[in-house]
Amino acid sequence: MAEDIKPRIKAPTSAAKGEVMEIKTLVSHVMESGQRKGSDGKPVPRKIINKFTCSYNGQEVFSANLEPAISANPYIAFYVRATESGTLEFAWTDDDGTVQKAQHKLTVN
Amino acid sequence: MPKHIRRIGLPAALLLALAGLGLILSCTTQRMAPSGAKSSAPKADLSRYQVGDLKSGYVFATAETREMMDDDFNNPSFLWVQQGEALWTKAEGEAGKSCASCHGAAEKAMRGVGAAYPKFDPKLNKLINIEQRINTCRVENMKAPAWKWESDPLLGMTAYVKLQSRGMPVHVAIDGPARPFWERGKAFYEQRRGQLDMACANCHVDNPGKMIRAEVLSQGQSNGFPTYRLKWQKLGSLHRRFSGCNDEIRAENYPLGSDEYVNLELYVASRGQGLAVESPSVRK
Repeated sequence: MAEDIKPRIKAPTSAAKGEVMEIKTLVSHVMESGQRKGSDGKPVPRKIINKFTCSYNGQEVFSANLEPAISANPYIAFYVRATESGTLEFAWTDDDGTVQKAQHKLTVN
Repeated sequence: MPKHIRRIGLPAALLLALAGLGLILSCTTQRMAPSGAKSSAPKADLSRYQVGDLKSGYVFATAETREMMDDDFNNPSFLWVQQGEALWTKAEGEAGKSCASCHGAAEKAMRGVGAAYPKFDPKLNKLINIEQRINTCRVENMKAPAWKWESDPLLGMTAYVKLQSRGMPVHVAIDGPARPFWERGKAFYEQRRGQLDMACANCHVDNPGKMIRAEVLSQGQSNGFPTYRLKWQKLGSLHRRFSGCNDEIRAENYPLGSDEYVNLELYVASRGQGLAVESPSVRK
């Protein structure tokens, strides 16, 4: 189910030049820590998003390395200064290499 | 009286007694807000979540949990609502219909529906809840297979349907044909069971606001279900919670969707008659 649901972004669509914007993101992911045991007694293998990045017109402005202690459906909120109009690109990388992506268009006056 | 035991004077004794009383009083009020840490979350307007003596689970939650619920973006339940919304317009089954084919827009068609279930179904001659109603529609009208209990599509659709009643008061019928089933639900609620020999009422009627080990007991209201339970790290149904409660008192469980649980669901809903529907909520 997790991969059918698109990641959610909450960010302003327009901002004044120099203004600090709060960006909120929520992604659907089980974030299996690898510490839990299944009903068969064997550990459930680790499967987490281990990296989150935000790029602003191609330049990385925020990144986070996530570890197994992060709960399911990670909510990450951070601040970015508005400099120019363009696109914010978000990427969530899974342990298995798959990357979930999302975009957000921004107009800066 | 041995000389080494100091006798304290009457004023001092009174002072000690008052201090002790003060300590007990402050302990009792602290139990309603167990989070000792200062939270940056805005002070919640709890009056919206109470009707007379009835208190929603929101009132017993910590400020951090409430903050997750106050904003639909932060509320992880909406990841499931999203799924429900997409499924509403998706044609499935041999009849080639989607929910929208018969019902139109969910915002109009499902308004108030979530607040009135479980209901008596004259065809089946027993109560049915929202999940069963959804599956009945799928099987009989869409000619599509029923969704499994606790599956993501059923949870998503239940959350989406109940969301359309958010803010409306819970309003279930406990008279007429529903009455005998409500009585059975009430009997279940008051019956001691399990290795710990406890009834639902022992926690939720006798002791809300008090601690059970490290948890604060609530009134056990169902107005927020399905809920994103932080313990489950996903959205879950009321019947799943019933199962959990039975596990905790080491009592035998009933299957999700069983008559016992649906009858219990009507009784529990009636205990919250008048509280606003909060689905889908966030709970601990």
